[in-house]
Amino acid sequence: MNAETQVQVRQRKSGVSVLTAMKATFVRDMKVAFLQRQDLLNPLLFFIMVVTLFPLGVSPEVSFLRDAGAGILWVAALLSVLLSLDHLFRHDFEDGTLEQLVLQPQPLFLLILAKTLAHWVLTGLPLVLLAPVLGVMVHLDGNSIAVLCLTLLIGTPVLSLIGSIGAALTLGLRSAGILLSLLIIPLYIPVLIFGTGSVAAAADGAPIAPYVALMGAFLVLAVTLAPFASAAALRISLSNG
Amino acid sequence: MAFDSFGAFLSMAGHGPYVWACYITFFVVLVQLMVWSYRRRTAAMESCRRGFELQEGEKGPAASSGASASFSRVTVSQD
Amino acid sequence: MWQFFHKLGSPKWFYGIAARFMPWLLAGGILLLMSGVIWGLAFAPKDYLQGDSYRIIFIHVPAAFLAQSAYMMMAAAGLVTLVWRMKLADVFVRAVAPVGFMFTFLSLFTGAVWGKPTWGTWWVWDARLTSMLILLFLYGGVIALGKAISDEKSSARAVAVLVLVGVVNIPIIKYSVEWWNTLHQPATFKLTEKPSMPAEMWVPLLLSVLGLYLLFGWIACLRMQTEILFRERRTRWVRDMVMADRS
Repeated sequence: MNAETQVQVRQRKSGVSVLTAMKATFVRDMKVAFLQRQDLLNPLLFFIMVVTLFPLGVSPEVSFLRDAGAGILWVAALLSVLLSLDHLFRHDFEDGTLEQLVLQPQPLFLLILAKTLAHWVLTGLPLVLLAPVLGVMVHLDGNSIAVLCLTLLIGTPVLSLIGSIGAALTLGLRSAGILLSLLIIPLYIPVLIFGTGSVAAAADGAPIAPYVALMGAFLVLAVTLAPFASAAALRISLSNG
Repeated sequence: MAFDSFGAFLSMAGHGPYVWACYITFFVVLVQLMVWSYRRRTAAMESCRRGFELQEGEKGPAASSGASASFSRVTVSQD
Repeated sequence: MWQFFHKLGSPKWFYGIAARFMPWLLAGGILLLMSGVIWGLAFAPKDYLQGDSYRIIFIHVPAAFLAQSAYMMMAAAGLVTLVWRMKLADVFVRAVAPVGFMFTFLSLFTGAVWGKPTWGTWWVWDARLTSMLILLFLYGGVIALGKAISDEKSSARAVAVLVLVGVVNIPIIKYSVEWWNTLHQPATFKLTEKPSMPAEMWVPLLLSVLGLYLLFGWIACLRMQTEILFRERRTRWVRDMVMADRS
């Protein structure tokens, strides 16, 4: 009887359920981000600035902006996510929290999934919310803006997930920023193609359901595979330096 | 022969510059790749040889044969 | 059979095997490539649509095939690195990445130059060229990451992860770019599509492809030997081999 109770106590001590751990990771990342609120604004400002460059650099003509608008917004969103990926792991890496995370008994890939979700809520989701405003600035019509926001909503999590792989691979390296971009941009291209293609289809009056379905497929693929790759890459980077 | 004359072969009905530019670039790059790779190997061998000769010189001629360890003196390096 | 795999883990064994095969790869490669090229350039008949400019196919297609195959081989090697931790697999990836990069570049260059007489412009954003360009980026990333990480083991595994992530994406990228291309260009015949090639055309093409594969094999062996020499530079077998040459 004594042995049984001892075993029970031991099990309870080591048992933090996976979902609890994921929730804790998510909440922690959100809290940490809110402690340095100004960092949250940066990707948004960058988004607006990049979009602004196009009318300034090419042409403010309505005809051009209407044609190019979806593409401009998508590229700007892509670049904003890319630049913000630095935050995903680096701060935790520098203060040692990341090593603790890797050492947790819960599966690392799920914890990374939680972190990436937090990253998306902090970075990608604000971009989606800001997109309609910028859509109006590039003279997109209401239907296009709606489709654009939908594709951004499905696509930006994919960008965060794929980006997490690159962030994990380049953790702690010199010139990690540009290297990360070089590694990840080719992988972003399919998401970009279908994200903007959907808006073009909507403008032509074609049904967008197939495109949305395909982007949904990308999302499912990314959610299931990317955390594994990121976990492997994190372990490699941590063992390195 | 698909061409009536050597001149026709070179000009390729006007497409000559493109075809020849491609072929010349291709072979220049390929040969350069092969030569460069070969030179790298030779350089690697040379560098190994110099390293060992340097060690032999330091140890003295008597120590060059009969090293019982399976590795020659390994220097601690940061890489 | 398992002994073969065990031996494959030994850089010294591979160095010797490579040395034995290389002369054959070189001779065979040059022979096949030159026969294919000369046949294709001078003896194959004109194409009824493109005239003589199609002859670029005899070097464009081998370069393109190799660019893609080399990446697949690197992906397989990456898998071996991650699962079996075999050092030779990483040696392969490091040796072959720049070669794959060069072949991708050649494929792009010949493809673009081919486009000029055919389409009138130096660059065409068609599906195949654009996919090749993205492949070039993937190769560039692999090379850059390999150079950025100094620790050999970590570098091997990080590069392996990157190559595998890339290979999973290649079919997605291909499909996306092809779809994107149909959106932006009317359906015209593709740059290298040959629905039916007479034997006078595909035989020299086959010879060139095989020849280039053999030459690739020679270059890969050579570069792997160089990489092995660097990694094993302090071992006895290298010392014996290098000092024995001295005469």
